Amino acid sequence: MYGGGYIFDEPNKKQLREEQQHDDPEKLAIFEARISKGEKIEPGDWMPAEYRRQLTRLIEQHAHSEIIGALPEGTWITRAPGFKRKLALIAKVQDEIGHGQLLYNAAETLGKSREAMINDLLSGKSKYSNVFNYPAKTWADVTVIGFLIDAAAIVNQVANAKGSYGPYCRALERICYEESFHLKQGHDALIALATGTPMQKDMLQDALNRWWQPIMHFFGPPDKVSQHSEKLMQWRVKMASNDEMRNQFLDTYVPKLWELGLTLPDPLLHKNTETGRWEYTDPDWDLFFKVINGGGPCNQERLQVRRWAEEEGRWVRKALMNPKERRALPVA
Amino acid sequence: MSNQSYDPRVNRLKLGNADDPIKVEEGENWNVYEVFHQEKRGAHHEHVGCVHAPDPQLALVFAKEQFGRRKKCVNLWVVRSADILAFDLEDEDMFANNLEKTYRDASGFKVMDKINKFKGEAVKPPKA
Repeated sequence: MYGGGYIFDEPNKKQLREEQQHDDPEKLAIFEARISKGEKIEPGDWMPAEYRRQLTRLIEQHAHSEIIGALPEGTWITRAPGFKRKLALIAKVQDEIGHGQLLYNAAETLGKSREAMINDLLSGKSKYSNVFNYPAKTWADVTVIGFLIDAAAIVNQVANAKGSYGPYCRALERICYEESFHLKQGHDALIALATGTPMQKDMLQDALNRWWQPIMHFFGPPDKVSQHSEKLMQWRVKMASNDEMRNQFLDTYVPKLWELGLTLPDPLLHKNTETGRWEYTDPDWDLFFKVINGGGPCNQERLQVRRWAEEEGRWVRKALMNPKERRALPVA
Repeated sequence: MSNQSYDPRVNRLKLGNADDPIKVEEGENWNVYEVFHQEKRGAHHEHVGCVHAPDPQLALVFAKEQFGRRKKCVNLWVVRSADILAFDLEDEDMFANNLEKTYRDASGFKVMDKINKFKGEAVKPPKA
């Protein structure tokens, strides 16, 4: 799971330093030629300051999303219905934490320490995928997350895996492989409810109704208002526009919900047979920004739990610390 | 916390105030180790990524969790990232003419042409 298409950027960008504004044009040309040939950029390579900054932001937020995203699902491990579902959920949650580790490592190769990233998460400076600011009220929510949020994340991650930065691509390749199990177990659990008793069907429909708007938010604001995309596309940091990814997601997964007799809470949702594009009611983007900036139902709880884990785990980390260890960044 | 969580475990915790500053110190997450994975006996160990750990033994334990929990694996290596010595990527051009060295390659030696030519001449009847 979980990298959304939307990368939060601080609205009041600090003035860039002189050398960051003016990349060496000769090096920039070599860099851009390399990318346009489809070659990967590796940690030791020269890169424009803005490329480094945007990638750090992107990978770091992706990593945070994996870690925070495990919280609403982890909640349900003790209450999963049956042994098989419990095993699958434990395995999935462990995978998500593992994905967080892979992504933090990839971000570290760009020069930002893991501790700095965790501090920025805890202080609210750096964000994570907005969907995790909503609660998982029932088991049906877990099946909706496991199927649809993972599906949406896969759309984004498969695209990003073809990007230009080597360490991120390698991490995503492993992540996408593992996600295929997440998607399948989510689909399986969702089908069990959709084809179950009337009470199970109602519970699932209710969860779907509540999650539809956050899912529509997942890929970020529509292209017409989304900023700073062009350069990122040229540098192969961003691989597809928000609307393209949203359309791809709807095209694959809406039919899989409709075939189970489920409905979605948007009367306008349909595929335009002429254009091949999906049309829908624009979700509430003011709400999206309100939730990102701390106004969602679970923002506080997620960060409090994360902070608690840091505080309570500190003595273990300190007890194991070897002060003579030389510190280093990941190699690749 | 004012709101009840949907997570019963969260409600049992005494969570601090979200506004209390907490700072993770640099180095608190230990050191980085590169991980090499062997898929089957006889295969090379291949680099698969890295883990953070306080010492090599725990790095192996974490590597098993991170890179050995799926698919085939018979062995793992870890080595401190700081101990990896690598060429600068800028020096990539020193390998640039590798493909031109046909004298280092089996395909650079066209023996069949000569053999066929020799055989063609050999079958001619010898002059009396």
